[in-house]
Parts: sequence; C-alpha cells; structure tokens
Amino acid sequence: MPISQFTYSRLPPEAEVLRVEVREFIQQTLADYPPTLSAQSWMGFDAEFSKKLGAKGWVGMALPKAYGGAEAGPFARYVIIEELLAAGAPVSAHWIADRQSGPLINRFGTEAQKQHYLPAICRGESYFCIGMSEPNSGSDLASIKSNAVRDGDSWVLNGQKVWTTNAHHSHYMIALVRTGEKPASRHDGMSQFIVDLSLPGITIRPIRDLAGGEHFNEVFFDNVRVPADALIGAEGKGWDQVTAELAFERSGPERFLSCMALLKTLIDAVGKEPNAMQSREIGRLSAKLLTLRNMSLSVTAQLVAGEHPTWAASCVKDLGNVFEQELPEVAQLLLETEPRQEGGSEYARVLAYLTQMAPSFSLRGGTREILRGIIARGLGLR
Amino acid sequence: MRELFEATIERLFADIATSHYVLSCEGGEWPAELWAALEESGFALAGVAEDLGGAEATWADMYVLVRAAGRFSVPAPLGESLLANWLLSKAGLEGHAGPLSIAANSVLVIDDERISGIAHAVPWGRSVDAIVAIATTLAEGTPQLVLLQRSTAAQVTQSLNVAGEPRDDLSFSDALVLAQAALPVGLDVDVLAQGGAMLRAGQAAGALHALLDMTAGYARERQQFGKAIGSFQAIQQQLAVFAEQTAAAGIAAEAAFTESDNGLAALTIAAAKISTSEAASVAAGIAHSVHGAIGFTEEYPLHLLTRRLWAWRSEFGSASLWSQRLGQQICSGGSAGYWPLLTSHGQQPLNNSASTPL
Repeated sequence: MPISQFTYSRLPPEAEVLRVEVREFIQQTLADYPPTLSAQSWMGFDAEFSKKLGAKGWVGMALPKAYGGAEAGPFARYVIIEELLAAGAPVSAHWIADRQSGPLINRFGTEAQKQHYLPAICRGESYFCIGMSEPNSGSDLASIKSNAVRDGDSWVLNGQKVWTTNAHHSHYMIALVRTGEKPASRHDGMSQFIVDLSLPGITIRPIRDLAGGEHFNEVFFDNVRVPADALIGAEGKGWDQVTAELAFERSGPERFLSCMALLKTLIDAVGKEPNAMQSREIGRLSAKLLTLRNMSLSVTAQLVAGEHPTWAASCVKDLGNVFEQELPEVAQLLLETEPRQEGGSEYARVLAYLTQMAPSFSLRGGTREILRGIIARGLGLR
Repeated sequence: MRELFEATIERLFADIATSHYVLSCEGGEWPAELWAALEESGFALAGVAEDLGGAEATWADMYVLVRAAGRFSVPAPLGESLLANWLLSKAGLEGHAGPLSIAANSVLVIDDERISGIAHAVPWGRSVDAIVAIATTLAEGTPQLVLLQRSTAAQVTQSLNVAGEPRDDLSFSDALVLAQAALPVGLDVDVLAQGGAMLRAGQAAGALHALLDMTAGYARERQQFGKAIGSFQAIQQQLAVFAEQTAAAGIAAEAAFTESDNGLAALTIAAAKISTSEAASVAAGIAHSVHGAIGFTEEYPLHLLTRRLWAWRSEFGSASLWSQRLGQQICSGGSAGYWPLLTSHGQQPLNNSASTPL
C-alpha cells in the first residue's frame, strides 16, 4: 500500500541552523514588506531580490559547486524555500530556474550546456519559463502540436505555447515540442529545447488574469531557428524528462503556503481574544497546515533516500491545494470585513487578492482531476 | 524495537482479534483470551523504565502498537495501559501487567491515602484492575498522580460508546489508593487528556489504513455495468480523497507520538487529534458510499472500523475542542509568532485554561 510511503521525518539539525540564517536575511532584506505584496507569494517578481539570494548562495543550491551551486541536500533547500514562502518573499524571478530548469539541465544537459547556463542561474540572474501547455493541450499534454524540424546545424521551431508563467520576464524557455516522424506511441517523439527568448520569430503576449495581473503569457514560434545544442537531453525522450521533472516538484511547500499572507493578516485582524468560532477555525486550519508540512517533509526525506515518491507527491499537492483554496473561504466567514481591491484594511486587500487567486492553485502544476487519477492508480484502481 | 513490536503484535492480533471476536466483545464482554496473550507478551509494560520492570520503549516505538490496535479494532485497553504505565514509571512507581485504564475527566480529592470523587468515561472502567487519574490534594490543592483499584469504587455507572466499548463512570468514597506520587515535573495537569487524544489519534490512523485497504479492495472486485466499480472515475476520485486523508492522519499521529518523549508534545497532539478526527468523518462516509448496502450489514466487517472511528473522533476532546485550544494559543501569539510556532516541533505546552467555551 503506497500509504506506507508516508513516515514522519524531522528536519536534520543542520537545516535548522540554516533556518536561523535565512530568517535573519529576510528580516534585514524585507523589513516592512507589505502583506499585499507578500500575498503574491511565488508570483512576486523582484530581480534585485533574486540576485541578493543568489549572492547568499541560496539559488540553485542543490547544483554542483563546479557550476556555482552548493551541492546542498533536499532538506537544506526545503528550509530555504519554506522560510521564503512563509515570509511571502518575491521569489518568482528565479523560481522556475531554481526549482526545475537548473536541476533539469544538470541532469540531462551536456557539459557545455551546464557551464553555459548553470552559473548564471546560481547567481539569481538567469530566469526560465516552461513551455508545456498549448491552446488545445492542457491536462492532455501528450497532444501538443508545436514542433521542431532539423535543418542542417540548427532546428526550426513552429507553434504556440500558452499559460507560460513569466515568459515576459524570462531569458529562456524550456519548451516541449514534437520532433521527428509520427511515432508509434503518443508519448514518444517529443523533445525539450532551451529556447533563447530574444531570438527572432518569437512573440510573447501577456494574458491578463481575472484580477488584472500579468503572470502568464502566450508565446508564438514562427520559424524560430535555434542551434543544435539547444536540444536538452535526448531527442524523442522529452516526455520522460518532463514527467520526472513534474513529479518531484509537486510536493514542495509552495503547494500549501500560497495563502500564508492571508492567514497571518487574519490572525492579527482577529486579535488576541478570538471568539469560539474564530479560534476553532484558525486552530483547525493550522493543524492542517502542520500536517501538510509533515507530509511534504516526508516526501523530501524520500527524495533524500533516493526514492521516487510520485504518488506521495501527488497527495501533498492535491491536499495542499484544497487547503490553500479553503483559506479565503473560511477567512471571509470569520470577520465582517468586506474584501477590498482598493482602500480598506491590509487584511481586506489580502483577502480580496487571494480570493481571486485561489482558483489558480489547483490548475498550476497538474489539475486536481489528474492528480487524483494518479493517486487512484497507486491504489490499484486503474 | 519498532519493527519487532509491530510484527509481533500484528501476529497476535491476527490470531485472536478476528472480526467475530471483536464483535462478540462489544457490549462490555471482557476479552480474556486477548488480554492473557497481551500480558504474556509484556506489551502493556513497554513504556516502563527497565529498573521498574519494563522495556523502556519510547512513544515512537509504542506508536506501532497503538496503530495496530486500531487496525484490528482491538477490544481492550492496550493504549490506556501503555499510557497509565508510562505515567506510573515517570512518577517512579512500578508498572502493572494487568489491564489499566485512565480517567482524563475526573473530579477527585485525595486526603492522605483516601480518595473521594468521580472519574468519568473511563475506558473499560468496569473490567480493568486499576485506573490512573490525577487528583487534587485536600491540604495543598496540588495535582497528585494516583492509582485507584477498580474494586474499591463505590459505584460503577456503565456506559458504551458507538462501537460498544465500555466508557464507565466510577465514583469513589474514602477509598484507599493503591499508589500515589507527585505529578512528574514536565507533565501538564492535562496530561491524561493529551495522552488519551494521542492514543485515539494513533488508533484512528490504524483504523483508517485498514478501512482504505478494505474499501479499495472492494472497489477492485465488485462488478457493476460489466466492470469493477473502481474503474469508474467517480469512485476513483472519492478513493483518492480518502487516501489523502488517510495519509494525513497517519503522519499527524506518528508525529504526535514521535515528538512525545519525556513529556507529551501537546501542540502536535492537538494537530493529530484534529487531522485524524476530520479524516475519520470523511473516510467513513466514502467507505460506506463505495460499499453500498453490504457495508451496512452486521455480517460485513466494515462497521467494526467505521463505528470505532465515529466513537474515537469524539473521545478525549473533539476536533473542535483541540482546534479552539490551538487557535487560542496562536491568536495570543499574533502573526509574528505564528510561523516560528509551526516550525518548532510542536512540543510547546498548550494552554487549556484559555480555551473559549464551545
């Protein structure tokens, strides 16, 4: 039974030492950072902050020292990330590069690719986005149509990506596209490319979200010519590379800490003498948060042990998203404070913002239905 | 020690605590055969110091015993005996191999060696040898750990929980105590409620695991519309939620036991009782829905687990009670203390007197 994968694991003492250091850094760097900004969580973009983090050695820290990393283990990385997220630090600029692109390049890249891309990632100066979804390919990712055709020493890209977070701020996209002849299996014949987003033929258009923010984009490739060494990993093995990448990135604290700013402003708005309903709901939600953190740490411990906790990671993400989405729903019942886009208290503005952001939590990184399908498979039902 | 504990006790339970046996004990029948086997194995004394006759096991070790008791719906006060003996040992008193219970909710006054008052909802109160309680000394009004012989109770008022497990009220009138000691340093006067909540969380974690196995197994086998009902997405999505809740309950309970060492980790226990109680509600509902009518029969063993989950979620404080205590503590610390509190292993005491009325 896969449930047994979840065993309680404490953070090692050296990770707790690191926590003290990160907290001091956050206090110095983000003194008086307003809750309305910290509410953006890992959607908050601040290149200067990313560079400061890079200077501390906390970006790409799992990468080899030869490329600017610290060869830190998953627990150290966990502490850095949870402290930054709990504080609502603006980590969006380097987020994808740190969490996904850097490790992917390190795992599948050539020596030349590693030397070219990784040091800038570790400095917090090089930003990546991930080109997966297309207009007609969402949860059914294997149905993508964008393609790359080999032409002499280069590849020519055509097609369209959509919902690409931070494409408008990024230097590179790691794009999943079709290559080669029509394959026997729909999961074959896909490859990943590191696409320099400044190349001719690329058009990036931000898509405004329901709250007026611009985080995701549509990206068009019109005969974009990339060099042969833009291919990352093996030609035709893109699907395997992508699924490996996704599985491990589903269980981190970003899957349940998106509403920390709301929880904190709620606690202060309620005050030191909560009524029975307020204390019960704040206590109940905090118990869930503690439990989710323990689940997430357990998955991290499995990664440390060299296991592949795909099933457990899916549990954490789905349960975590349900929790993050419940928070604005409960908060608005605990105080007679109307949410405010403008004016009102800080709590009212954070509530307004996160109420609107909440639907995205269970979309990004795999939808609820897809995750529950993976969990059901682990139970032997599919 | 943990692996050995788990393998041994699971074998013992699998042999004796069959569905038929569990059902036959409901209503208050004392499980003599089962307890004799437990006594022979020495499990009830696991947490007692070696020089007092025990194995000096930690709560992390004892977790697997309590979880297994939940998985097999064990109709005996094993967890209660573990907790009672652990407390006796902490107070420098000898352990007791016979069945013990605990009185988390009591009003007892001790004058020298004589005790008077009432102990409420004592698990298997009618059958155990003795109960551990915390009394108030008449002279100083300080908390005193006491061991009370069941047979000295002036009156036993019998009561059964939803699963037919005895939860009896015992009153004492000038009865002689078996043993007593000052409440050990580092333990809260609320230690029995905290310990009881931890035990129920551990049992619920085991029961939920067994319930998930049973329900997923049924969904794989039961055929309708020409295929296994588990192949329908509607069933799959429900069982996925069930699995998530089971995983959450398991890790929350394990954390509570693991973080409880010299003292009990009140904050982590609160989180465990809340998480397991919520999981019990969600999971029992899905398990019955997936099983259909067969799960509603006495013959099919589903109800042995679901009725216990319905009972245990309310015992030693509901999710609501523990949520209020936790919420109260959090609000009194304000937002600045919030994240540090959550990341500090949950060993802080929980202020129970500050909790607001329900």
